[in-house]
Amino acid sequence: MNRLQSVVILGATSAIATAVARELAEHGARLFLVARDGERLEPLLQDLRVRGDDASGTRILGTTADLADIDAHADVWAQAREALSDNIDAVLLAWGTLPDQEACNTSVATTLEAIHVNGTSAIAFLACIAPDFEQRGRGVIAAIGSVAGDRGRQSNYVYGTAKGMLATYLQGLRNRLFFSGVDVVTIKPGFVRTPMTEGFNRAGALWAEPDTVARGIVKAMRRGRDVAYLPWIWWGIMTVIRLIPEYLFKRLKL
Amino acid sequence: MTTSWNRIPRVAHAAEVTLNRRGQPLPGASHPLLAYGLGRSYGDVCLNPGGSLLHTRDLDRFIAFDPDTGRITAEAGLTLDDLLRFAVPRGWFVPVVPGTRFVTLGGAVANDVHGKNHHHAGSFGEHVRAMTLRRSAGECLEVTPDDTPDWFAATVGGLGLTGLIETVTLQLVPVRTPWMRAWSQRFDSLDEFWELDARAEREWPYTVAWIDCLNPGPRGEVGRGIYSGARHATTAPARSQYREPRRAIPLDPPVSLVNRVTLRLFNQLYYRQSVHPTARAVHHLPWLFPLDAIRHWNRIYGYKGFYQYQCVLPPHAQKDGMQALLDAVAASGQGSFLAVLKRFGDRAGPGMLSFPRPGATLALDFPERGNETEHLFRRLDHIVQEAGGALYPAKDARMSPDLFRSGFPRWEEFASFVDPEFSSGFWRRVTK
Ligand SMILES: Cc1cc2nc3c(=O)[nH]c(=O)nc-3n(C[C@H](O)[C@H](O)[C@H](O)COP(=O)(O)OP(=O)(O)OC[C@H]3O[C@@H](n4cnc5c(N)ncnc54)[C@H](O)[C@@H]3O)c2cc1C
Repeated sequence: MNRLQSVVILGATSAIATAVARELAEHGARLFLVARDGERLEPLLQDLRVRGDDASGTRILGTTADLADIDAHADVWAQAREALSDNIDAVLLAWGTLPDQEACNTSVATTLEAIHVNGTSAIAFLACIAPDFEQRGRGVIAAIGSVAGDRGRQSNYVYGTAKGMLATYLQGLRNRLFFSGVDVVTIKPGFVRTPMTEGFNRAGALWAEPDTVARGIVKAMRRGRDVAYLPWIWWGIMTVIRLIPEYLFKRLKL
Repeated sequence: MTTSWNRIPRVAHAAEVTLNRRGQPLPGASHPLLAYGLGRSYGDVCLNPGGSLLHTRDLDRFIAFDPDTGRITAEAGLTLDDLLRFAVPRGWFVPVVPGTRFVTLGGAVANDVHGKNHHHAGSFGEHVRAMTLRRSAGECLEVTPDDTPDWFAATVGGLGLTGLIETVTLQLVPVRTPWMRAWSQRFDSLDEFWELDARAEREWPYTVAWIDCLNPGPRGEVGRGIYSGARHATTAPARSQYREPRRAIPLDPPVSLVNRVTLRLFNQLYYRQSVHPTARAVHHLPWLFPLDAIRHWNRIYGYKGFYQYQCVLPPHAQKDGMQALLDAVAASGQGSFLAVLKRFGDRAGPGMLSFPRPGATLALDFPERGNETEHLFRRLDHIVQEAGGALYPAKDARMSPDLFRSGFPRWEEFASFVDPEFSSGFWRRVTK
């Protein structure tokens, strides 16, 4: 069981990350949150301080940074270490955007930018913090991938490519850090009712609420699970989808 | 399609926007706006056919809490469920809760909701210390009962029409435990109800009665039922673990499961359930929110939905009026699942359009059966209007403009506070 007493959350104002932060704050954790938009981060910090009985505002801290900017990573990490007295139990990477596949189809720049925000920039951050974890020999690194990374489909394969790349990188990192006692957790949510999916028709049993997914994330981080499909039913769905032979799959309108 | 809890009416909106931070400019309005909390109203106070709905469920952040005074400030989309989860372990309770905890702070203010403790604590609005109200022109008003009493009286019970409530400051009440002490007793007629109530109300902060409106009591008139009272317990029982059962109606049955046969059966069983004339410990969740244990229970009425009919009758007319209402329901043969009867305390609500006021309130549920249902409602309307009573806008999909105006005489004064860009299906209907 990993302790989750002091946790860094990156991309903290996303609906799923917010729900994770609330769950942890309610259990008394110390948190350091990073988000791009200060106008969104401040009210969230305030909310977490109330939930976490942190009236003096010393346990729940945060900073703004654009995590797509790789040059900022080392500084963000240094701030996080300082805020949590260099005693970090866990890190959760949760930033990302849902690109418009149609727009990507007609623009190389849009495609590459989406891959950078959802894939390369996350990998860069992981590469930046891995030596630290390796050295301290404990803790958990978790990152939010997506079921979309399990197979490329015409409707969102750019996003899927970035998340697939992230998943493969995490696999390797998990293998590398296993020997120093660090857990690496890949989170693969299915459809979640968040502002990111606002434009979708979200009726139906497959849509989950952010706090359900968040409870799953916290559990997976505590247990040091390798890969967590959330809700678990997506493990079954994606297994079936992965098994469809390519010569059939390419004919499907998915 | 977004509907209210009873799924009537089914109307289309031009746009639905989820707000997720305070200070966010309201969408430019080519059509009228209306805030939508959790849609636990019945009818069209929370619907805006052809207009825009502003979903507030992501405006759910806490802003400040003072553990010494129990004063809490939060965004208006925070649910009473979240608030209770937060407050109860810290020794505080929401001063007034409706029969479901799945409502937002904004919704509770806008309908100035009441609970089973009205005679003791008044309505929700009486415990609100401050609000921020965003108007379509962009300004944000600080609304408090002392500094801006007119805006306060318009916005509490203001049916979402004075603008978007962004934040609410509420005074919580102290409790020692999550448990309550509760008792219950059968009564055979309304006369017995009034007697029981007069005695119980002084001693028990929470009281309510369930009436079997299908089966006459031993003296031949309709009005038998079960009376219950409760108060917050000062000590928890020895074995005090409580886990709320999690059941749900999984899908929409093709037809309403509520019909003459099931109703009669249910009411018989309900009346025969065990009562507890001496007080015992119960957890606050099942006592205050019995229906919350079955999620999506509104589905039992099928796709066509149902109506709730809730009225209040003033003290001088309450006894005869209630009997007349129950007799009319019994005569129609359309019985309600259970009728809920409750005496309000002797105070008017703080809002210009507050529903709670001195007298007694009766709430009835009816499956939608078209003309037959409307016919019964007209009879009930007549009794209510004769008695000088009112219908509850939060539970209404059909009252006439005339009945609205007679029940809410301050409506014209209220109308001058309505935001020019805000409206609702309800408002357009009753001011036609
Ligand atoms: C099982 C059940 C039991 C109930 N028991 C009771 C009871 O005992 N007593 C009682 O009084 N009521 C009761 N109700 C009704 C319920 O309490 C009210 O309808 C309540 O207002 C619903 O809150 P909501 O957040 O779902 O609001 P909605 O139904 O979504 O909206 C209600 C009104 O509030 C407005 N509103 C919502 N949020 C805002 C905001 N941020 N700013 C401005 N306006 C806003 C809407 O425009 C609308 O006019 C019950 C309902 C159910 C389903």
